[in-house]
Amino acid sequence: MSAARSTRVGGLEAMVDRTPSGTRDVLPDEMRELRAMTDRIREVFDRAGYGEVYTPALEYEQTFERGNIGGARPAYRVFDEHGSVLVLRPDMTVPIARVVATRYQHAETPMRFCYVAHAYRGVRPQRGQSREFLQAGVELIGMPGAAGTAEVLGVLCAALDAAGLDSYRVGLGDAALYPSLLEAFSVDAERSELILTELAAGDFVGVDREVRALGLDTADADLLLRLAHTRGGPEVLEGLEGALHDALSGMREVHGLLAPEVADRIIFDLGLVRSLGYYTGPLFQVYDPAYGVPLGGGGRYDELLGSFGRALPAVGFALNVERVHIALTGEESGRAQ
Amino acid sequence: MSELRIAVPRGALFRDSLDLLDRLGIDTREVRENDRKLLFEEVGIITMRPSDVPTYVEAGAADLGITGKDVLMEHPEREVYELVDLGYGRCQMVLASVAGEDRAAEALRRLGVVRIATKYPRTATAHFLNTGRQAEIVEVKGSVELAPLTGLVEAIVDLTATGTTLRENGLEVREEIAVCTARLIANPVAHKLRAPVIDQLLERIGAA
Repeated sequence: MSAARSTRVGGLEAMVDRTPSGTRDVLPDEMRELRAMTDRIREVFDRAGYGEVYTPALEYEQTFERGNIGGARPAYRVFDEHGSVLVLRPDMTVPIARVVATRYQHAETPMRFCYVAHAYRGVRPQRGQSREFLQAGVELIGMPGAAGTAEVLGVLCAALDAAGLDSYRVGLGDAALYPSLLEAFSVDAERSELILTELAAGDFVGVDREVRALGLDTADADLLLRLAHTRGGPEVLEGLEGALHDALSGMREVHGLLAPEVADRIIFDLGLVRSLGYYTGPLFQVYDPAYGVPLGGGGRYDELLGSFGRALPAVGFALNVERVHIALTGEESGRAQ
Repeated sequence: MSELRIAVPRGALFRDSLDLLDRLGIDTREVRENDRKLLFEEVGIITMRPSDVPTYVEAGAADLGITGKDVLMEHPEREVYELVDLGYGRCQMVLASVAGEDRAAEALRRLGVVRIATKYPRTATAHFLNTGRQAEIVEVKGSVELAPLTGLVEAIVDLTATGTTLRENGLEVREEIAVCTARLIANPVAHKLRAPVIDQLLERIGAA
């Protein structure tokens, strides 16, 4: 495919240079709005004590191989003059894990970092889904458990408030919940993987078929199927003790630590599974009724830093700035028709 | 029920889908009486081609939708939740060739590649890839049955309910690729934010 397309305009042959698929130009009207929004978000991060970092857009490929990036593998690769493979970063969490392990080897914890930076993925281009996309996020390193998770959820909601959103909600799940339940029911690794993949893709018909085919007790199978659909206010956690006690009490503990205005935003979402492989505990995803696509997400990743040489628990989130902007315009104009 | 907007497919699944919505207590009389209108705001129904349903639902222009599994198989990139197998509209995705000696098998044996005409290029590509055979997929928009009769291809991959059209054109089913039924799909964000209404509807579908 040629990067330049020729078009006929009034009988004249004109050459039009395009941007690569999935990328686009931002012109002053839009840029002014984006800039105002990211300035307000940066201020929230700064007030909460998160220091902004810049890392290179290009990293060695092996950095991301170490990071168990799961469903968001690098899409763009180049060679440098020594023949090393470089990639355009598909997220900011792995580069920050590298920064902590190399530049802050002996620093006291907790550490708080934030970024407003571009990442690159080979997604199917459409509105709100660019191959080069701006993320605004934070990482809280070295604060374990519910206290750290609750702090980050507070910053997340403050950032969304500052962006100007009114009706957003934050889904709170746990990456360990469904896998540990499958393990407790002695489901083998291959079948578990299949069920988790279908759950992440939202194929509930497939989950239903696979779970029924496991030959479990009816009660156990029903629990697995029910969990996949369980989402809503704190009332959905009732009557789900037993096998789930630990995971649920963890979620309740986080919820209990949140400020009331943050707690009101939370939807418990027990079937939430994200495709990034490094999450170990609580997971979040941001929704707004004005836009049919999640605005961002995050969670706890207590193992990732260890693979870079400084084992520390960590939690963070990333918002897709373009999507937050789309949701904002959607909220402003009422439900898009 | 107009709290939710449902995308309903016109075509083969249309009547059964409206019957289902009737049983759920959604008044579909106006939809049945009106062939040209597309948007029925009061009852929360929009009508469209089945293959457009995932597009509307993915973008959140509809909260829920009804479409065939064949459409979902052909568009795996659409990020929608597949909630329920509705059971009706049962069809099979098949590989068929001219009756008699199988020209597709002969092409694979002697030429190494079989030419396949289809309206479902991704489903056909995946089927041949998964079964370890080389195929050249020829996408056609109109009557697929014509392609093997004229020598354009050796076989077709197509959806069939009763097999009548295939038989009338002298074609024989060689392989069954998948069984396809109507599915209820949801926008992922609507599924989270409108959980009570959607779950209520699912319960009534289970009971209907």
